Amino acid sequence: MSEEKKSKAPSEPLFSKKNRKLVTDPLTDNNPVTIQVLGICSALAITVQVEQGIVMGIAVLFVLVLGNLIISLLRNMIPSRIRIIVQLVVVAALVIIVNEVLKAFLPDISEKLSVFVGLIITNCIIMGRFEAFAMANKPWPSIMDGIGNGLGYAGLLILVAVFREFFGSGSLMGIPLLGSSLPGEESGLYAMGYMNNNMMILPPMALVIVGIIIWVQRSRNKELVESH
Amino acid sequence: MEPKFAKGGKLEKWNPIFESFTTLAFTPAQVTSKGSHIRDGVDLKRTMITVIIAMIPCLLFGIYNTGHWEMVAAAGDRNLDFWSNGGDKFIAGLFVVIPLIAVSYGVGLTIEFIFGMKNGHALHEGFLVSGMLIPLIMPADVPLWMVGVATAFAVIIGKEIFGGTGMNILNVALLSRAFLFFAYPTSMSGDKVWMAGTENTADGFTGSTALGDLATFMSDKPVFENIEMYTNNYSFIDSFMGMIPGSIGETSVIAILIGAAILLFTGIGSFRIMASFVIGGYLMGMLLNLVGGNEFLELPAHFHLVIGGFAFGTVFMATDPVTAAQTGVGKILYGLIGGMLGILIRVLNPAYPEGIMLAILFMNVMAPIIDHYVVQANVKRRLKRLKTV
Repeated sequence: MSEEKKSKAPSEPLFSKKNRKLVTDPLTDNNPVTIQVLGICSALAITVQVEQGIVMGIAVLFVLVLGNLIISLLRNMIPSRIRIIVQLVVVAALVIIVNEVLKAFLPDISEKLSVFVGLIITNCIIMGRFEAFAMANKPWPSIMDGIGNGLGYAGLLILVAVFREFFGSGSLMGIPLLGSSLPGEESGLYAMGYMNNNMMILPPMALVIVGIIIWVQRSRNKELVESH
Repeated sequence: MEPKFAKGGKLEKWNPIFESFTTLAFTPAQVTSKGSHIRDGVDLKRTMITVIIAMIPCLLFGIYNTGHWEMVAAAGDRNLDFWSNGGDKFIAGLFVVIPLIAVSYGVGLTIEFIFGMKNGHALHEGFLVSGMLIPLIMPADVPLWMVGVATAFAVIIGKEIFGGTGMNILNVALLSRAFLFFAYPTSMSGDKVWMAGTENTADGFTGSTALGDLATFMSDKPVFENIEMYTNNYSFIDSFMGMIPGSIGETSVIAILIGAAILLFTGIGSFRIMASFVIGGYLMGMLLNLVGGNEFLELPAHFHLVIGGFAFGTVFMATDPVTAAQTGVGKILYGLIGGMLGILIRVLNPAYPEGIMLAILFMNVMAPIIDHYVVQANVKRRLKRLKTV
C-alpha cells in the first residue's frame, strides 16, 4: 500500500528496470499481505501499536533479505528432496539471531512481540519467497525481491498499526495525541466525552482493517479483482 | 418532475434518491408482469413498513419507560409510582429517544444514499427497519456519537460490502450493538444502567438492570442476597409489563407481543423461529435449574423469557428473513439452538450479561450451514426413496 519508492540511480545495470520492479511491485500491486494474503496471522497479532509494527517489519525484512541471499547462493547445492528442511534451517538460524538481538537491545518490545518473533519461521511470506524466487534466481535479484516483499509487509503492518493505535489508544508511537484519557483527569477530546475504541485493540478489527485496505486497493485497480 | 430525473435528464445522478422517495409514497411504476413471479402488492417496502408498524408499541412504551426511569434517577427513588405523571414522563422520554432515532436514520440513510448514488441503484429499503431497531436496542444514556459510529460500522461493514439489503449475513441492527458492546464496554456492558442522567443520582439508586443484578450472583458480591429478594424487586408481572430499566424497546413483553401478533398475522415474521426460540430458551432455563448451584442458575425459567432482550430479540431480531435460516426444519433448529445459546451465555458468562445478542449473531453465521445440511438430508432421503422403488 505504501507509495514509497526507492530512489535509485538507474545507470547501473544492478538497478535495471527489472530489478527495480522486484522492489516496487510488492509495495503496491503484488503486496504479500493484501494481494497474496500471506503473513496475515502476525499482521493481526502485533499491530496494536505502531512501534511493534515497525520492529516486526524490520525483523521480517532482515530475515527475508538475508535468507533470500543465502538460499540463492546455495540454490545449486541444495538437493531438491530436502530443500524445505534446508530452508527451515536457514530461517530458524536468522530468526534466532533477530530474537536474541531484540532481547538484548529492545527488551520491552521483545516482550510485547513475545512468541511472534519466533513465529517468523513459519511466516508464509518467507517460505513463499524462498520457494518461488530465491531457489530459481541469482543472489542480487533475490536480495531485491527480499527488500521489496519485506517492505511491502512492513508498510502494511505500519499502516494497520497506525489505524489501530490511533483509534484504539488515541496515540501514535506511544505519544498521546488526543489528550489524557486517565480516569479523573481527562483532557482534550476525552473531556468532551470521547472514548477510545476497544474493538480496535482486539484482533478481529485488524482483520476488518486489512479487509478495508484490500477493498480500497481493488476498487482503485480493477485488474486485481478476481473474475468470480 | 420525473423527467428531470430520468436517464439523460438534468438531475440523473440523483435518480436513485428520487426513485426511493416516490416508490415509498406511491406504487412503483414498474411492477413484475412476466414470468412465474408472484404478483402481489406486498413488495419489500410494504414488508418493511409492516415491521416498523409492529415496532410502534415497543417504541411508545419504550419512550414512556425511559422517561419514567429518568425521573426515578433524578429523584433517586426507586419506588416512584409508574403510572403517575404520565405526560411529563412521555415528554422526558421523547427528549431521549428522538435524538437517537434521528442519529440512527441520519447516519444510516446518508451512507445508503452515497452507496446508492455510486452504484446507481435505488435506496435499499432494509435500513428503514434497521434504523428503527438500532435506537430500540440502545441503552437510553448512550452518547449520540457512539450511535453514529456504530450505525456507520454496521451499515458499511455489515451490509454494503456484502452488496446491500438482502446480501448481509449478519443482522445490521444487532451488529451495531455488538460493535458498541465490544468497542465501548464501559458504557455498553449491560450491567450498568441505561438511563439518562445517572451521574447525578442520589444515594440508594444502584442503577443497574435486572440482568446486571442477576449477573452479580455469579460473582463474590451479589446485589441481592437470594432469589426471593430479586423477585421482590423485579416481579414477574413488572418484567412482563416492562416496568423495569433496560434498553429502550426491549423491556415490555406486552408491547413486543403486540408486535409479534402483527408480524405473524401479516405472515412476515416466522412463527417457527419465534416458537422454537422461546422453547429453546425455556428448556435451557429448566436445564440450568436442574443443574443448580447458585442463585442465578436457579432463577425460574420463565423469568428468563421476560427480562433483558430475550423477547425483543426473538420477535424482531431472530426472525429477520435475510439472516435467519430459510428451510422449514432449519428454522426450527435455528430457533432452538439460538434460544438455548442465548440463555447459556447470559447465565454462565458474567462478562456478557446480554447473551441473546451474541447468540443471534452466532446463529446468523450458522444459518447457511443449517440450511445446507437440511437440504442435503432432504436430497439423501429422496434418493433413498428412489432406490427402493
